[in-house]
Amino acid sequence: MDITINILLTIATAATPLLIAAIGELVVERSGVLNLGVEGMMIMGAVGGFGAGYLTGSPWIGLLAAIIVGALFSLLFAVMTLSLATNQVATGLSLTLLGLGLSGMIGTSFVGQPGVRLPNLDIPGLSSIPVVGKLIFGQDPVFYISIALTAAVMWFLFRTRTGLTLRSIGDSHTSAHALGIKVIRYRYLAVIFGGACAGLAGGHLSLVYTPQWVENMSAGRGWIALALVVFASWRPWRVLAGAYIFGAVWIGQLHAQAFGIPVPSQFLSSLPYLATIVVLVLISRNKRLTMMNTPASLGQPFVPDR
Amino acid sequence: MRIELVKRPQRSALFSMLSPFIAFALTIIAGAIMFALLGVNPLDAFNIYFIQPISEVWQLHELAIKAAPLILIAVGLSVCYKANIWNIGAEGQFIFGAIFGSIIPVLFPQFEGPFVIPLMLLLGMIGGALYASIPAFLKTRFSTNEILTSLMLVYVAQLFLDWLVRGPWRDPQGHGFPQTIQFGDWAVLPQLMPDDGRANWGFVFALVAAVAIWLMMSRMLKGFEVRVLGSSPRAGRFAGFGFNRMVFFTFLLSGALAGLAGISEVSGAIGQLQPVISPGYGFTAIIVAFLGRLNPLGIVAAGLVLALTYLGGEAVQTALGISDKVARVFQGMLLFFVLGCDTLIHYRIRLIGLALTNGAAKLEAAPKLEEAR
Repeated sequence: MDITINILLTIATAATPLLIAAIGELVVERSGVLNLGVEGMMIMGAVGGFGAGYLTGSPWIGLLAAIIVGALFSLLFAVMTLSLATNQVATGLSLTLLGLGLSGMIGTSFVGQPGVRLPNLDIPGLSSIPVVGKLIFGQDPVFYISIALTAAVMWFLFRTRTGLTLRSIGDSHTSAHALGIKVIRYRYLAVIFGGACAGLAGGHLSLVYTPQWVENMSAGRGWIALALVVFASWRPWRVLAGAYIFGAVWIGQLHAQAFGIPVPSQFLSSLPYLATIVVLVLISRNKRLTMMNTPASLGQPFVPDR
Repeated sequence: MRIELVKRPQRSALFSMLSPFIAFALTIIAGAIMFALLGVNPLDAFNIYFIQPISEVWQLHELAIKAAPLILIAVGLSVCYKANIWNIGAEGQFIFGAIFGSIIPVLFPQFEGPFVIPLMLLLGMIGGALYASIPAFLKTRFSTNEILTSLMLVYVAQLFLDWLVRGPWRDPQGHGFPQTIQFGDWAVLPQLMPDDGRANWGFVFALVAAVAIWLMMSRMLKGFEVRVLGSSPRAGRFAGFGFNRMVFFTFLLSGALAGLAGISEVSGAIGQLQPVISPGYGFTAIIVAFLGRLNPLGIVAAGLVLALTYLGGEAVQTALGISDKVARVFQGMLLFFVLGCDTLIHYRIRLIGLALTNGAAKLEAAPKLEEAR
């Protein structure tokens, strides 16, 4: 029983960064912008969060720093693609490449240093309830943030006027512009929100998941988050489901390695990446579903003609 | 303050030529700021980074060794990107090319003779092309996003290579080191001028590939097809150019070239398979392709520049104790500035102050709008 709960807990921990990064990217893509820099923003958040936590000794300041670093880094992408109308695919890629390089350089002195970890929630009485206590009341704070964030984004996109506007921009920026909506401003805010989320996800990696700094520690999670958004056909609750499936795959392969299953560990390690490909294929086979849900102006540059 | 873009009536030939140079200048400025922040005199740093690594003949050979894979891969990618098809998994295709090509020297070391190298190169190209055919197949058959699948396959390829050199292909006499046996004499790509330095035939392959692709893109129907389908898929369909065929063509071509780069690197520069055989050539080549303006001849120049950033990174690490990740930062900044400067080709950029100029801008823009229509 204890083992099952522990496995469930680790799955939640593995799923949380995927969920947060993917929810952020979902909002960005709903506004019609494709930011392939998630991996770069995430790793910058991870190094920023670790650094701030390590230097101040406070994991909370670390977490805040991760969010800010992610948001600032995404601003670079926003200026390029929104103000200078550069190719979004290429710019996103360069954000990832720059982030991986910059974080490696900044983090050189952090390698091998002990980090700080965000403490798990511990509510006297509630957290010690058998079985559900730990699962519901005893996880790390970012877990609760991720769930709240998903609910908030769901409500924002589909229950508020601003959310409707954001989605309409994603479907047709020219029509939205003709209606007098400030397309570029909305997109700036969306991209920065996505950056903050990716930064937070990175902060979770270096302050909760493995409280230390390892180069390239995001290990493709940013890319998997991007795939999750497609897999979820741009629906927040499906992102939640997808993130937990991937969390399970990630933890499953780790446990399989620990149990000494007679399969080379490299094959098990490649499972999350192969699983990503498989689910992408499964979801994109259904062309009508994808066509219907993809924001119509996704990835297209927009220059207001005033 | 706000940035406003005004569309040019036609693309500016001047900025089309200048933009890589402006981008390079901006990178240097940003790099100077970075070095200053790190507490190093920027002039000293630049001397160590950009000048010293190419001041002797043998160092030029090292430059050619680093530039060869970058150019080979980037030339292939440029065709993909021109067709608006996004293969970003060249790193994986590079690795599979290296693995396929190494079948001969690792599993059949008794094969000797002048046919060994051509066979290895051919196998390398097949390996890279086969690996690239996976995202191409998934895209054409299931319309799966090729960006994500090709990238995921990079991680898979890296893990597969890791398993090979630690498991079945490990050198039994290698004292447990994760590496294959050293390639035999016939399986090593010959050096061009052994008296001067280590540069091998890989660099020649890169130049030949660049010229060949340049001819194809500018003088042949296939190149026209690529450009039409890239800029307007609808027009391409009317012209009877198949999009799916194009996806396969560009992926197989870029995969084969990446595979050739992989086996050339392993056979020429390393001499055996190791867990890591590339310092990110497949990704850096994306930067090379854009810096070279997706033009094969421009890519040769861009490949040399990016090769220099690798050498410079190693130089500042030994001389100044700065992490060689500084190379990655330079490469990333360079790509950013290139993309930003490319905006100048199609747009005039105007900085607009707050409210005051708003009305004036509108008045000015109105006739331009008419023009555009």
